[in-house]
Amino acid sequence: MRDTILFKYVLSLGDDALISAQRLAQWAYKAPFLEEDIALSNISLDLFGRANFLLEYAAELKGENTTADDLAFKRDERKFTNLLMCEHPNGNFADTIVCRFFLDAYDKLFFYTLSKSRDKQLASIAAKAIKETTYHYRHSSNWVIRLGDGTEGSHRKVQEAINNLWTFTGEFFKMTQTDIVMMKKKVGVDRKALKIEWDKTINDVCKEATLRIPENSFMTTGGREGIHTEHLGHLLSDMQYLQRAYPDATW
Amino acid sequence: MEDRKERAFQDKIDAELKIEPKDWMPEKYRRHLIRQISQHAHSEIIGMQPEGNWITRAPSLRAKMVLIAKVQDEAGHGLYLYSATETLGITRNELITQLQTGKAKYSNIFNYPTLTWADVGAIGWLVDGAAIVNQQSLRRTSYGPYSRAMIRICKEESFHHRQGYEIMSKMALGTTEQQEMAQDALDRWWWPSLMMFGPHDSDSAHTSNAMQWKIKRETNDDLRQVFVDRAVKQAELIGLTIPDSELKWNPKNKNYDFGKIDWNEFWEVVNGNGFCNKERINNHVKAHEEGKWVRDAAIAYTEKNKNGARA
Ligand SMILES: [Fe+2]
Ligand SMILES: [Fe+2]
Repeated sequence: MRDTILFKYVLSLGDDALISAQRLAQWAYKAPFLEEDIALSNISLDLFGRANFLLEYAAELKGENTTADDLAFKRDERKFTNLLMCEHPNGNFADTIVCRFFLDAYDKLFFYTLSKSRDKQLASIAAKAIKETTYHYRHSSNWVIRLGDGTEGSHRKVQEAINNLWTFTGEFFKMTQTDIVMMKKKVGVDRKALKIEWDKTINDVCKEATLRIPENSFMTTGGREGIHTEHLGHLLSDMQYLQRAYPDATW
Repeated sequence: MEDRKERAFQDKIDAELKIEPKDWMPEKYRRHLIRQISQHAHSEIIGMQPEGNWITRAPSLRAKMVLIAKVQDEAGHGLYLYSATETLGITRNELITQLQTGKAKYSNIFNYPTLTWADVGAIGWLVDGAAIVNQQSLRRTSYGPYSRAMIRICKEESFHHRQGYEIMSKMALGTTEQQEMAQDALDRWWWPSLMMFGPHDSDSAHTSNAMQWKIKRETNDDLRQVFVDRAVKQAELIGLTIPDSELKWNPKNKNYDFGKIDWNEFWEVVNGNGFCNKERINNHVKAHEEGKWVRDAAIAYTEKNKNGARA
């Protein structure tokens, strides 16, 4: 392997995109209305595209004829290092929107910084991601505002979603050993430094949406170390089924 | 008066001019179009389900992206066709109610289940393939908005067809298990695909007016023949066998003769006794009902924020 640390770094970003995309894809034909069906699959497609670029790069770093599909379909859950927020089940529309809102606001900041990476390949993947996340963020933040300031029922649902999902946001800013090495090499992002700006964005939108940020500050972490919620295993067994059942086949 | 209008209308059609939403049209023409275009729209929408059933299990990143994009295209087709229907003076909500109450139909083919990944290939190859034959013909339909919708949709359908055929050929040339899945999918989807063109013209209640008004440009049987001739060659090319012992090249007509279609099965499914009829509609109703609070919230928000005024 050419560079283990860089491989781990790229892989974790690929996992974020892949698992998020797979979750959103579960909305197919079940959205609240047709235009929203199209919007959610658009976002899912963008994220699969991003996952594909990142996992191809990770596969190249790993060598040994590894492919992006090997990484996506033939790893077990302990080997996945996505952020826990990405794997959270879709729940109702408010749950999905809040989940995306937290992640989109984060991705916007993260990929902006990553686009300045010394690693050319990462920088160019990040540059493409910036354009997409701008649209994704507009989509999710607009919905947070509409649901928060819509009806009593929608306000309650979106507030509940925020309360339930808040615990998974701490992990966004937690620097792992890999992060620290990559940051020092000016390849990776100082995730901790994104927090002030992220907090501000979330506060502004929630204020407009008449929503409250929870006071409870206990944060659930572990995704980057391969410690996951029980939901990930089910997502993977569904996603990986054909590749696992017919290992000799190409599709 | 009415007579003169009707003659002018028919003259226009005979001169191959398009009828536009603001033009006068006989009530029967309008009703025929609402029925046909909305049925077409509902088919796009319900058709998202059998394929959507495989999105999370698609076996490669590429296959996943291709399938999501396809299902998304179908949603777009549905949207586009609902808009075309709305030009005839009916709302999307009314159309959705008609679908959910069974008053409006959708293509029978989507009442069959997708059991293996090869079914996704078979749908693209055969179902989109059949749809293309039909829609290519409908590009010349007399109603302007419908014709334009068909022109736009046809382009995307040929992608779907190619991608479906690609899945089938990969599997037909793959491992023994994949080959079995491919042949099995063809066995199950072949006859329902032929039924997609509708009953023989001699048995079809709507054909005569529709031909005179040039809503329909070719007969069901002619279109079915075009489809069969294309598909037989494509099946041969990848070593799959069409499940019809009477299928034979007819040198005189220069086309393939094929066996009898089981119209009993067709009418059973039309009348609600297909494998998935209830499930398809229940899924649609469920998503629609679960989305109600979201739609209500969006409306409430827009109301509150009209003209910058706050409630
Ligand atoms: Fe379509
Ligand atoms: Fe299609």
